[in-house]
Amino acid sequence: MSAPVLDLAVRGPAARRRRPKIPGTAWKRLVSPLVILVVWQLASSAGILPDRLLAAPATLVGTAVDLIQAGTLQTALLVSLQRVAIGFTIGAVAGVGLALIAGLSRFGEHAVDPPMQMLRAIPLFGLIPLFILWFGIGETPKIAILVLGVAFPLYLNTFAGIRGVDGKLAEVAKVQRLTRAELIAHIVLPGALPQTLVGLRQSLGIGWLALIVAEQINADAGLGYMINDAREFLRTDVIVVGLVVYCVLGLITDALVRLLERRALTWRRGFLTS
Amino acid sequence: MAPRLPDILNPPEAPPGAPPRTPVARIEGLTRAFAGRTVLDGVDLTIARGEFVAMLGRSGSGKSTLLRALAGLDDDAGGGVTVDGTVAVAFQEPRLIPWRRVIANLALGLRGVPDPRAAALAALAEVGLTERADAWPLTLSGGEAQRASLARALVREPDLLLLDEPFSALDALTRIAVHRLVLDLWARHGPGILLVTHDVDEALLLADRVLVLDGGRIAHEEQVTLPRPRHRDHPELVALRSTLLERLGVTLEGTT
Ligand SMILES: Nc1ncnc2c1ncn2[C@@H]1O[C@H](COP(=O)(O)OP(=O)(O)OP(=O)(O)O)[C@@H](O)[C@H]1O
Ligand SMILES: [Mg+2]
Repeated sequence: MSAPVLDLAVRGPAARRRRPKIPGTAWKRLVSPLVILVVWQLASSAGILPDRLLAAPATLVGTAVDLIQAGTLQTALLVSLQRVAIGFTIGAVAGVGLALIAGLSRFGEHAVDPPMQMLRAIPLFGLIPLFILWFGIGETPKIAILVLGVAFPLYLNTFAGIRGVDGKLAEVAKVQRLTRAELIAHIVLPGALPQTLVGLRQSLGIGWLALIVAEQINADAGLGYMINDAREFLRTDVIVVGLVVYCVLGLITDALVRLLERRALTWRRGFLTS
Repeated sequence: MAPRLPDILNPPEAPPGAPPRTPVARIEGLTRAFAGRTVLDGVDLTIARGEFVAMLGRSGSGKSTLLRALAGLDDDAGGGVTVDGTVAVAFQEPRLIPWRRVIANLALGLRGVPDPRAAALAALAEVGLTERADAWPLTLSGGEAQRASLARALVREPDLLLLDEPFSALDALTRIAVHRLVLDLWARHGPGILLVTHDVDEALLLADRVLVLDGGRIAHEEQVTLPRPRHRDHPELVALRSTLLERLGVTLEGTT
């Protein structure tokens, strides 16, 4: 599978999946990736593309099977997934929580937003040396990078979403004497949700990248470790299998967000489709 | 679907207007300026409990601004606004909450009724939107959204009902039916109503009193004592119409 590998490179808020307009011609889009795969395989078999640089597609399949049978891949995957789960959860709670504090009260805005706006300017990966000094080279700096990578897009988007809720609807709430809790539950939060979901997508994009980078920090387990270890032994096949796994993980979470969007934003979809 | 016509043959009587009516709303010396441009310049207006007032005025004369002040939505307006009781508003744009279904829009914040959903459904039935109860507001047509917004205001049975051009997107037939509906509700619950409209005929057919807002003040005022249902060809209305049109600056061949 070569398409997902490329997809990861363009993952991001702007990367919208283009669906083929006519379903009947969808197969045409598969032709060139297949040709590339075949050429790649032929080049490897003919010795033009040495294994040292890039393993052949057929080798990759064999390697993947070996890694799974030996349990190496699962173990590495589990460690990486655990990092993501912890980092993402902390980051999401922090990002959305801070956005609620800043978005729902003036005091909260003054207290939370200025430092957040300042911190967002810091390049995430530039913090790695500092984090290593602070937290050593264990799990903590890896999780910390993930937390920051996830928290900021969610904070910025949720906060902007709350602030962007139509003031005219707030007026409706006022004449209808909605309580503050009702205003927040029925107007503010649902109104901010679309923007929060945009933030969620950005978070996941940055989150996976943060994981990959963080796992380069002297990891002794996880996908990053598996890849680094393979580099020592010139095992390009293992490296590529690792990359493909990263891709698949990214695609799965992307699909989950899509599903969530489709469920949560039906009121909009209704407008677009019917 | 056309709204149910509440008793076309026996339209409601005007509420028994005992002469000493207490005011439900009182505006004194209301002023409002936007960026130094004065829109309202000392408006005085009292609406009696159960009185039906219509307000005319050219576009941009400050009708919606006045309504916002009455609804308690304008903290920057100068002068005194007192409202004695509950208020409901049908805004000039329907302002339905897009992520709540139509029925939920009506039921939201509806207190003091045993079953808000049932009350909301009944109100939707009255404006002919039963089938659209579970629709998303963004899928409604302009007229449907306007009727839903009107139903949302009516179902609250307020003491003061503020209607900002609530019939503008309705076809002539639906409009007549909805007129009946408003009159019917007015007869049953006797709220004070302030109806903003561009349609002189509509004002004359419905209201006890017709105001013209011009130059930031109530520039003109007419009592309409004719019993309802009224017919637009009635000589009294014909006379009032030409007075009002003149006040609005409409010449005979002019356009509104
Ligand atoms: N928030 C605002 N900021 C600046 N100007 C405003 C604002 N609200 C209203 N105005 C101005 O005040 C004037 C009166 O507006 P208003 O909406 O009350 O008019 P209207 O009589 O309701 O007109 P229409 O019949 O077109 O609805 C307009 O010139 C408008 O541009
Ligand atoms: Mg207006």
